[in-house]
Amino acid sequence: MSAATREAYGKALVELGEKNKNVVVLDADLSKSTKTAEFQKAYPDRFFNIGISEQDMMGTAAGLATCGKIPFASSFAIFATGRAYEQIRNSIGYPKLNVKIAATHAGITVGEDGATHQSIEDISLMRGIPNMVVINPSDAEETRQAILAAAEHYGPVYIRLGRMAVPDIHDKNYKFELGKGEIIREGKDIAIIATGIMVSIALEAADKLKEEGINATVVNMHTIKPIDRELIVKVAKQTGKVVTAEEHSIIGGLGSAVCEVLSEEYPVRVKRIGINDTFGQSGTPKELLKYYNLTFQNIVDVVKSFD
Amino acid sequence: MNKYELMKIAREIRINVINMIAEASHGHPGGSLSCTDILTVLYFDKMNIRPDNPKWEDRDRFVLSKGHAAPALYATLAKRGYFSEKALLSLDKFGSILQEHPDMKSTPGLDMTTGSLGQGLSAACGMALAGKLDKKDYRVYVILGDGEVQEGQIWEAAMTAAHYKLDNLTAILDFNGLQIDGRNEEVKSIQPIDEKFKAFGWHVIKIDGHDFDQIKRAIEEAESTKGKPTIIIAKTIKGKGVSFMENQVGWHGTAPNEEQRQKAVEELERSEA
Ligand SMILES: Cc1ncc(C[n+]2csc(CCOP(=O)(O)OP(=O)(O)O)c2C)c(N)n1
Repeated sequence: MSAATREAYGKALVELGEKNKNVVVLDADLSKSTKTAEFQKAYPDRFFNIGISEQDMMGTAAGLATCGKIPFASSFAIFATGRAYEQIRNSIGYPKLNVKIAATHAGITVGEDGATHQSIEDISLMRGIPNMVVINPSDAEETRQAILAAAEHYGPVYIRLGRMAVPDIHDKNYKFELGKGEIIREGKDIAIIATGIMVSIALEAADKLKEEGINATVVNMHTIKPIDRELIVKVAKQTGKVVTAEEHSIIGGLGSAVCEVLSEEYPVRVKRIGINDTFGQSGTPKELLKYYNLTFQNIVDVVKSFD
Repeated sequence: MNKYELMKIAREIRINVINMIAEASHGHPGGSLSCTDILTVLYFDKMNIRPDNPKWEDRDRFVLSKGHAAPALYATLAKRGYFSEKALLSLDKFGSILQEHPDMKSTPGLDMTTGSLGQGLSAACGMALAGKLDKKDYRVYVILGDGEVQEGQIWEAAMTAAHYKLDNLTAILDFNGLQIDGRNEEVKSIQPIDEKFKAFGWHVIKIDGHDFDQIKRAIEEAESTKGKPTIIIAKTIKGKGVSFMENQVGWHGTAPNEEQRQKAVEELERSEA
């Protein structure tokens, strides 16, 4: 089974809206794509289309939060975090308001829409804002739980979601814990720390590596901030070699966060897989993942390139 | 409260503004003095608030979108009893509850954090939307700068307020005609500002922003206007009350030295009311 995390987001919002009457949803004319339209259908009074005004949407969400609402504000990741960056920083982050920014269409797997729509800097932007929590779920069930957890957490949260369907890794028995990475596979030779859509790809890489006699640990680092320092150090100690994998620029995202921890606490060699400081382009998600070296084969090659 | 009582309070607030900014050697006297009379009417005559319970759920809300006028708001809040007037002289000092720009986490009585121009009207819209959703009858007030309305987000929010028929929202434009680099007319004209807001679906009232009766009446008219938000375009004088600061662009963000401070305070003390 597979589903896009944005699909799971739409469903989770409806579930959350039933449980918590303070949840309100804002969108900027992309509700059919971000799937907030599902919430609108279920709770029309608590849905506000702010029109194509992302800056105003973030400010309006901030105002709603000052009155006890729990606003989820959605758009594509590039517009939510790019266009409205300073509104998020000054009107949401600084006053630590209880706003959830759930942005879909992150990364290059947006596909055909091309570079203007492919956000590869959003984790970096959001991670730099004090008070902000950053979550990048890997599949539908994790998205569902992450959305519920975000509503429970008091303060601003950025949730990064995708357009493309991804395989289900987790089932109902999974327990998402904010700020705690998940070890999905254990091996002593190398640690692959992945986030978002790269988690299932990392698992494929681990299968392939196993065939070749290399045992990899795979970590699902769904929370990028606060990052699970303890787990990063633990797997680095166990394996001595770390690869990070993210559908985001190698500058400022998961790879950077892991390097920050390891260089301070337990220096080992780290290789970062991600978008290599370049813009995307039009194409199918599959073609783009291949072109930008984000396939399981790329992970396998990088793992084998350690001396 | 009658006009003479309000004038007296406004004069005391202005004196505090001058003293605070002089003590901090930093701050924005011009735009603080231009909106002092409006703040006085709001906090001492119109707003339904409880200074002993700043977070009271049903209170009227206020957003100082032109956050750099914080000294005027702080002096108003202190006089209204949210915190001691003694704290005013700690403006900008390390660890103070009074940050140069309003920080709702630091100062009792602040409903929103501002300082980056253009963002406050959106927050006010959010508060007004929440009020509608919860069927509460509190009102939301926001003061905008005339230079500030050059920000695009103001017009996004203006559309939002009209679209959602936020008649519980009243914006007041502190129309002193000046910004940092000169007159609005030189930097980038905002005119015709009344026609712009009308075209955006707002009820527009034009007043003299230093006439207490006009300010009161305009706020009452806004309250009784249904189905749309109201903006009060208040013609004001930047630096109002201190002769050498009035209409001087240079006093936007300059602190008075000791001699200037004394002169300003003497003038204010001698003024009517
Ligand atoms: C987004 C943003 N850009 C620039 C500034 C710097 N700034 C502070 S005050 C000001 C001029 C404001 O003019 P106006 O709104 O007319 O205020 P007033 O004259 O009433 O003080 C500027 C440009 C800012 N605070 N925020």
